[in-house]
Amino acid sequence: MSGTAVQDTTWQGSFWLPQNISPMTGGQDNLFYFIYGLSVFFFIVVVGFMVYFAWKYRKKKEGERTTDIHGNTKLEIIWSVIPAILFIVIFAWGFLDWVKLNQPPQDSLEVKVIGRKWDWLFIDTKSGAETSDLIVPINTPVRLTMVSADVIHGFYVPDFRINRDVLPNQYTVLWFKAEKEGNYPILCTQYCGTKHSQMVRYVRVVSEPEYQKAMLAAQGAGLTPAQLGKKIFEGKGACASCHDVSKSKVRSVGPPLFGMYNEQQSIILANGKNETAKFDDNYIRESILNPNIRIVVGYPSVMPSYQGQFNDKELNALVEYIKSLK
Amino acid sequence: MQKRDIGKPVFFADMLSSHHGMSTNYLTAKKGFLSWLFTVDHKRIGVMYFVSIALFFLVAGLFALLLRAELMQVRIPNATATSYMISADHYNEAFTFHGAIMVFLVIIPSVPATLGNFLLPLMIGAKDVAFPKLNLISFHLYIVGALFLVYTIAFGGLDTGWTFYTPYSTQTSTSVIAAVFGAFILGFASILTGVNFIVTVHKMRAPGMTWVRMPLFVWAIYATSVIQVLATPVVGVTLILVAIERLLGIGIFDSNLGGDPILFQNFFWFYSHPAVYIMILPGFGIISELVTTHSRKNIFGYKAVAISSIGIAVIGFFVWGHHMFTSGQSALASVFFSLLTYAVAVPTAIKVFSWVATLYKGSISFTTPMCYVFVFLFLFLIGGLTGIFLGALSTDVHLHNTYFVVAHFHYVMMGGTLIAWIGGIYHWWPKITGKKFNQTWGIISSIVVFIGFNLTFFPQFIMGSRGMPRRYYDYLPEYYSFHLLSSIGSFVLAVGLFIVLFNWLHSIFYGENESLANPWKGKSMEWTETAVVPIEHNFEKQPISTHGPYEFDELIKPIKAGGH
Repeated sequence: MSGTAVQDTTWQGSFWLPQNISPMTGGQDNLFYFIYGLSVFFFIVVVGFMVYFAWKYRKKKEGERTTDIHGNTKLEIIWSVIPAILFIVIFAWGFLDWVKLNQPPQDSLEVKVIGRKWDWLFIDTKSGAETSDLIVPINTPVRLTMVSADVIHGFYVPDFRINRDVLPNQYTVLWFKAEKEGNYPILCTQYCGTKHSQMVRYVRVVSEPEYQKAMLAAQGAGLTPAQLGKKIFEGKGACASCHDVSKSKVRSVGPPLFGMYNEQQSIILANGKNETAKFDDNYIRESILNPNIRIVVGYPSVMPSYQGQFNDKELNALVEYIKSLK
Repeated sequence: MQKRDIGKPVFFADMLSSHHGMSTNYLTAKKGFLSWLFTVDHKRIGVMYFVSIALFFLVAGLFALLLRAELMQVRIPNATATSYMISADHYNEAFTFHGAIMVFLVIIPSVPATLGNFLLPLMIGAKDVAFPKLNLISFHLYIVGALFLVYTIAFGGLDTGWTFYTPYSTQTSTSVIAAVFGAFILGFASILTGVNFIVTVHKMRAPGMTWVRMPLFVWAIYATSVIQVLATPVVGVTLILVAIERLLGIGIFDSNLGGDPILFQNFFWFYSHPAVYIMILPGFGIISELVTTHSRKNIFGYKAVAISSIGIAVIGFFVWGHHMFTSGQSALASVFFSLLTYAVAVPTAIKVFSWVATLYKGSISFTTPMCYVFVFLFLFLIGGLTGIFLGALSTDVHLHNTYFVVAHFHYVMMGGTLIAWIGGIYHWWPKITGKKFNQTWGIISSIVVFIGFNLTFFPQFIMGSRGMPRRYYDYLPEYYSFHLLSSIGSFVLAVGLFIVLFNWLHSIFYGENESLANPWKGKSMEWTETAVVPIEHNFEKQPISTHGPYEFDELIKPIKAGGH
């Protein structure tokens, strides 16, 4: 599975639930165990009666006479009303936690989240820094405003008990307050295609000074165009999730890019015709903005368009980076 | 069969005369493949559905084994989309086919189309359903719709999941149009069957068969039919809108074209949640029949069990939003959906309590159908209780789209509906085939299925509540041991189900002929008023209902005049 952090695989948390790093949003653990207790109780009662009756009233001889019982109104009312009351309690409890989950504190740190096939991009609104892992300071409420660049994704951090769909053209919001340093996996919970299970990134909860340092480094001052291109390729653009850049030219969802620059390439047009094209600056630019006009033969037309997501400086940087792959 | 007397219609005399007193039954009345394919006999249509559904159950089950085999492979660090025995794309297609075939071709039609078709007229004393030709058309539509889905397996594939969520389904390059068209046609099969059953129950009941003398299976099928007729058109229209969006680029659900993906989810679940009750209510009906017959007891609280079916059917229409707590729908809407979800849980609880109470002071035989009732009660109870976690707003946030949900609906759909279906097929097997089946292997199958099922799906609750999302080709290594257990369980479960299959096949080809018309000593008309295997038109003469369907004490008591 992809992802850059080394995951501690030892068993953390309780038997049923993982560790709870954001108790403010993770208040539902108590309700979980309340329902769990009730479930175990009712399970034992019902299965207990079932097994007891099955044994006690097993057929002892052929043609045995049974008692003619049609029901018992009092008993039936009792076993309708008791579950109904318990359900109302559970509903109300869930409702109270739900209100908390939907109300981020006023002083939250604001982070924009963009989901796309198949990676995440986080934009820290104070510094403008863009990162692929979500880096946040400890003990600070963080408010995520999320949108998708293509299909629906789901933003789920089990250790924070938060989970919400990330929609195209509409913002959804989540918040959390992490109380322990560490790396916590972010998993996609809305099926989004080939690498749905492999768009794993981490929430990195760090101390305030480390957070400041990370944001400065992520702003990308003083990089050459090719260096900036590499950063975009691996981060914001999520190009690396589908294109291999190593010398070994591994086939992935899209064609490998090593040594491609200025090569003649067999391509297929949108109307199905075959053609040869030079893999030059213009072809790269076109392939980023309108990827499905001229596709390298043998690959599916699945790449999303990046129209409106990169400015000219970023496009130049990407071209320079791909040029440098040799 | 009794000797005919002179006053009988010529029709029956014709049938009997050629066989020297041995009756022709519905299986032997006509010969040849075409006599089956174009029959309008509800019993033969039921049998054809059974064969088709059993076949698709096998196919979809094999897809599940493929998924489990991939998931039990040891995880590779920094794996890519092709690291395991099948590629991620093939994995996605496999879970889509598993889900789509199981839901559309197996579980939804399983009980109503097989046992419902076979039993409904027999139970209410009718000679067929109200519209026999319409019934045949439903079956043909089912086959055509199924062929569309089979086509997508062979050509183009399908990788949207059975839920067809937009905008993924309008953008993927797989054969979505053929698949949604297939589901659309299957919807018609379902609607027409529903209409047919509703009219049959209203208009075709035998003299004396009042509503409260109907077997609870009939109540359940009736409630199911109402949902089928009211809900299925919505999903039909929705799927056609998806096809229109793909073909013509008209923005309905794709936000890039000005549509709304949440709208699709609302439309989809407006059908697909009631569809859950289309799947489970007939299973409830079977359990009511089996638990009473094999414990020789009247059902505890007939009216509560019957009316709770209708209650579930009605409230079930207003809970669809509980599939969307994390979708970005309004937080306030979610609150109402959560409350209504608990409202529908109460009648379900009542049913479970009633079945257990029915056992009280009974005379319980540990037959194969009864063993499946115990398996059902155990598994469905777990399925129902875990639903409580998912109905609560806050706990659902943590569990949504994880394996906890996967385990929950397998406990309900497979542990509930399909276990009831298998138990029901065993129960009515002598009536359908005229053969005995091997009780010992029947009971062994229920035990192996029980063990395999729990081993497969219980670990999925734990990994789900620990954060393992569903529809995952690859996963964090900490979940490996759960997946391994689950995969081993799935192979045990497969063994159990193959025992069921072989037991049935063995009975058909080598089984002893059933000599009794009523081997379980049931009290409802399909047992008391028909031959060992029913004749083509079900009854020799119009049966008359004089008592309720579960009055087993009357076996010994002298029969009261005019019923009760």
